[in-house]
Amino acid sequence: MALPLTPSQTVGPYFSIGLHWEDGPFAVAEGTDGAVWLRGRVTDGAGDPVPDAVVESWQADPSGHFAHPDDPRGVAEGFRGFARAPTSPDGEFAILTVKPGPVPGPGGALQAPHIDLSVFARGLLNRVVTRVYFADEPGANAGDPILQEIPGDERGTLLAEPTDDGYRFDVRLQGEDETVFFAV
Amino acid sequence: MPDSTPGDATATPAVAPYRRPADDAHPPLLYPDYRSTVLRAPSRPLRLLPHTLTEVTGPVLGEGRLGELDHDLTRQHDGQPLGERIVVHGRVLEGDGRPVPHTLVEIWQANSCGRYLHDLDRHPAPIDPNFTGVGRTMTDAEGRYRFVTVKPGAYPWRNHENAWRAAHIHFSLFGRAFVQRLVTQMYFPGDPLFFQDPIYNAVTDTRGREAMVSRFDLSQTVPEWALAYHFDIVLTGRDATPLDEDH
Repeated sequence: MALPLTPSQTVGPYFSIGLHWEDGPFAVAEGTDGAVWLRGRVTDGAGDPVPDAVVESWQADPSGHFAHPDDPRGVAEGFRGFARAPTSPDGEFAILTVKPGPVPGPGGALQAPHIDLSVFARGLLNRVVTRVYFADEPGANAGDPILQEIPGDERGTLLAEPTDDGYRFDVRLQGEDETVFFAV
Repeated sequence: MPDSTPGDATATPAVAPYRRPADDAHPPLLYPDYRSTVLRAPSRPLRLLPHTLTEVTGPVLGEGRLGELDHDLTRQHDGQPLGERIVVHGRVLEGDGRPVPHTLVEIWQANSCGRYLHDLDRHPAPIDPNFTGVGRTMTDAEGRYRFVTVKPGAYPWRNHENAWRAAHIHFSLFGRAFVQRLVTQMYFPGDPLFFQDPIYNAVTDTRGREAMVSRFDLSQTVPEWALAYHFDIVLTGRDATPLDEDH
């Protein structure tokens, strides 16, 4: 009855030929009200930058609504909610987006604003998934049912820190201050 | 900056979770035979993320992103690429057999000599000026897709002594939900290089490895023109258990 799932495989070193989109890094168009750059660096277990990763983001709009047929509430005009950005030779990625609104969560609780992030790379046989929360949302974060399950000393790896033009969220694949990753 | 105000929860759509893949459905992140995993695999166990509205939705993309010839990698240049012309087709399904309609399928691959059109590919095999190696299409209402391309060559890499990747085509799929996102590779039946390819062998379950191998499909060959391979892609699907039932 149940078909075997097709297993994941690495994107390999040359994914950029296939996964390149001109508008990839833009979850919202330039000039959108409230647009911010989400920037970060992907590093490996030796602390070296990962220059051949691609980061994908998925999130709600500022009202907490998704650009998806199963969400009947409707999204802000032109809102896509998805971005795809490769890392540069120094491991940096940048996504232009807006801060999402709170999203309904388990048991009717509201989730703090967050962005789901997938990282693909040579050497990753499956994507790794993490969540970006916002350090300047302490109240919402304190009530978030998923964030609060994370031990205090690891929770900080999920918090994007405000910067001049948006937020910073580094992804440490392995080692000291390793980012919290999720099984989905 | 003040905390965000709560949205309108009254119109919240129902959240039916997806089935969790079995432990051996996907390769482990750490697989030392594939050397690049050693410094990149997270060392701590993954935490289970509940399937909330964020995870059961996902980018539904494609319409408007596709050019007319994006599905035909043999017609993207003035001339025809060298190599063995093939049709690659199949369906995108969920584990219970339900099709995934109108979903974006992206592929990329080496040319027939085993060379990628990428700055960092130093394999001294010829670049084909008539082959980019990139395709995109949408599945139809029954989840079907079809590409025309050339069979990619095997190529050497430096993972171990005299290492060669089995010939493959990279596939990228979105499904309809963040949890369904999948990047995989399609292989060809009977490839003599399987035994020494750690990326292929990192899938420990025999059925899983077989699920990555296309099958030769005489019915879709085009006489005097192209051979054909069939490759179904199976994504995790909804849990069969109705969400709203009390337990």
